[in-house]
Amino acid sequence: MKLTLKIWRQKDSRAKGTFVTYRMDDVAPEMSFLEMLDALNKKLVEENKDPVAFDHDCREGICGSCGMYINGHPHGPVPAITTCHLSMRYFKDGDTIWIEPWRAKPFPVIKDLIVDRSAFDKIQSAGGFISVNAGAAPEANSILAKKKHADDAFDSAICIGCGACVAACKNASAMLFVSAKISQFALLPQGKIEAKERVRAMVEKMDELGFGNCSNTGACEAECPKQIKLTNIARMNREYYKAF
Amino acid sequence: MGKLISKIPDGPLSQKWTRYRASSKLVNPANKKKLEIIVVGTGLSGAGAASALGELGYNVKVFCYQDSPRRAHSVAAQGGINAAKNYQNDGDSTYRLFYDMIKGGDYRAREANVYRAAEVSNQVIDHFTALGVPFARDYGGTLDTRSFGGVQVSRTFYAKGQTGQQCLLGCYSSLSRQIKKGNVKMFPRREMLDLVVIDGKARGIIARNLITGEIERHGAHAVVLATGGYGTIYYMSTLAVNSNASAAWKAHKRGAFFANPSFVQIHPTCVPQLNEYQSKLTLMSESLRNDGRVWVPKAKDDKRSPNDIPEEERDYFLERRYPAFGNLVPRDVSSRAIKERCDAGNGVGETKLAVYLDFRDAINKQGKKAIENKYGNLFEMYKTITGSDPYEGPMMIYPAGHYTMGGLWVDYELMTTIQGLYAIGESNFSDHGANRLGASSLMQAAGDGYFVVPNTISNYLADEIRTPKTSIDKPEFAEAEKASVERINKLLSIRGKQNAASFHKRLGKIMWDYVGMTRNEAGLNKALVLIRELQKEFWTDLNVPGTAGELNMELEKAGRVADYFELTQLLITDALDRKESCGAHFREEYQTPDGEALRNDQEYAYVAAWEYAGEGNAHILHKEELKFEEVEMKVRSYK
Repeated sequence: MKLTLKIWRQKDSRAKGTFVTYRMDDVAPEMSFLEMLDALNKKLVEENKDPVAFDHDCREGICGSCGMYINGHPHGPVPAITTCHLSMRYFKDGDTIWIEPWRAKPFPVIKDLIVDRSAFDKIQSAGGFISVNAGAAPEANSILAKKKHADDAFDSAICIGCGACVAACKNASAMLFVSAKISQFALLPQGKIEAKERVRAMVEKMDELGFGNCSNTGACEAECPKQIKLTNIARMNREYYKAF
Repeated sequence: MGKLISKIPDGPLSQKWTRYRASSKLVNPANKKKLEIIVVGTGLSGAGAASALGELGYNVKVFCYQDSPRRAHSVAAQGGINAAKNYQNDGDSTYRLFYDMIKGGDYRAREANVYRAAEVSNQVIDHFTALGVPFARDYGGTLDTRSFGGVQVSRTFYAKGQTGQQCLLGCYSSLSRQIKKGNVKMFPRREMLDLVVIDGKARGIIARNLITGEIERHGAHAVVLATGGYGTIYYMSTLAVNSNASAAWKAHKRGAFFANPSFVQIHPTCVPQLNEYQSKLTLMSESLRNDGRVWVPKAKDDKRSPNDIPEEERDYFLERRYPAFGNLVPRDVSSRAIKERCDAGNGVGETKLAVYLDFRDAINKQGKKAIENKYGNLFEMYKTITGSDPYEGPMMIYPAGHYTMGGLWVDYELMTTIQGLYAIGESNFSDHGANRLGASSLMQAAGDGYFVVPNTISNYLADEIRTPKTSIDKPEFAEAEKASVERINKLLSIRGKQNAASFHKRLGKIMWDYVGMTRNEAGLNKALVLIRELQKEFWTDLNVPGTAGELNMELEKAGRVADYFELTQLLITDALDRKESCGAHFREEYQTPDGEALRNDQEYAYVAAWEYAGEGNAHILHKEELKFEEVEMKVRSYK
């Protein structure tokens, strides 16, 4: 396949970025999107040019490192997958592909397609935990949990923290991310003891860091590679009201 | 540096850990506040250790190369985590778990360490459950388990096919709590470039800030490496593509012995390579072999679609060769059996380098819903990658590099041959011998991090309470920083043509072809020659654009590949030294008439601990003799 890539290039956080055009003449449909960028970077290095910087690691959709806006969608046009799992077979010969970093005020661009998502870590540190020291835990089966609650908690807990929800939201809201963590703990008996303090601390931190409010559009759910549900946000709001 | 002192406590196996803890030195809470510990890596072992040490009141500094500790590659472990809870009433016990690991490791692991790993496994499950890890449960609200390869009990706790992710996020949450409390300071996007040793003791690290390129000095009273394995030595593997051995290798060059480097696990069930551009191979969890049956057509070059091949024309070769364990034989055994069938010409798919993993019978018997509940996300992942649906026809699988049993040599306290330097999780060598059983890496990593090292490190730090904070102005820091800077400048100054990944790919191909699932002397020697040639080419034709003072991923990659050129040569030296077959190390010259590994306990029941002897000098071999007090060494049979 022959492709035209329009990639956001930005030297560092202070520089002004711009789209740069690259032509790729020999893209195989079996490549993953990141392997296609590897091929571009190989070529750039051979020409002694600065390769395109992007975050990536596990390349199997679980670490949450990768993420870029591809033709107007976080992680590209195919639902429910991460960028590393996006196959080039979804594109066709002659296509022009626009590639941008996540755009959100709390996620400043570091270089090219890499953004600073440490705000997520700060929210987690504010209250995304159960306070138990190593060695203090009771025997695992001494606290029972309904299978349904454990399964629902799992469905919330599979969030990979990639930030697509924030990037997709016109308000740059982090509510899907935050509510998934709050839901996981709220659904389990172990998490109920600190539920009030947790939801207050995490919501407060989320607001402080400049994430917007829920726009009620549902773009986050539509673009989430792990299909985290909007009902998490409803649960978080309920937990929040209960917390005062 | 002299002999290997393993510091195994006296007494019967089941009493060693208890006795150790009763007699080891402690540090009082007021003194803990004065002591600093560096932890490198934030997977299950690193994040676990950092949390537990922070909870104890030490000052902890944690480093990871990713943007967040939540991305460490423990996240990708799928199938589960073992513990000797015996919730199923199926005869499990600490001893049984210990015995399975010793046998599974083909009698090349240290008894006392393995027993302790089994012993703390129950605490690990209790702790993760308390941290809110959503393990699978039964309808009555208790925790559910499943079976894994190489065992006949059901002791594997799981969270669908994402157990590693859920356990890691549990560790990340406890780490986050300590960060909030101020006991732990997190340094993400940092790469450890060197270890600083002062008067024979580990006192700090040199790190590169991966955003600014700034070289940083960090001092401490002790350093804990939790930096994982070197499976990416094959270029393509089930590991994250940035996983690397550089931190462990730098520690090795500063005096930490490297043990059993040739013990590398090739995992049997991975999505086969589909094309030449591929950058990694994806694991399909071993748990799938609970219900999936592995087979190839009896006829060579059978062009029919698998569903059209009748039962009597299929060769369920694992069930045929190993009737007692069937599809759940350990990984080394199944990987070799798969290779044997493909080498014989019975492989399937375009490349003929694949076999079928078939769920037809399980779906017919248990229903699609039940299979979906157990493996839903794995089936989805398979479909995403290959485009074909495992509910409709069998998966195609082939082995790939996965886990490294070898690693830094550690004693019972998990201390390396450098005083005050610890290695935990996959980065050490101690618990899995020559082959690791499924679901025991999460178990060992979390056990090391949360429950072992926090107990053993106090025995060392108790004598350091009068040692002042390590000054980073000491000449050893300056020397290590200078060496790091010089190496970076050297990589930047070559200005050749090829990028680091191209070299890594070619290195990986040599390793896979000659130092993979089976090895022989001629092949190993050939690999050494080829690697040295390629290494020369690397140092003359590498190109790293850009500068040292900025975010430069090519520079990061180049440093890691440069280290792999050195580690591969030690790995091959080790494989040449071990003239026997054991576990994952299969020397073609040493096999039984029916193709099973032929161990030589008379001459090779030792841990090979290699000492770095300086640039250009051959490594020095130190042997730790393995004594089996509780277990009799037997031929490892799964038939």
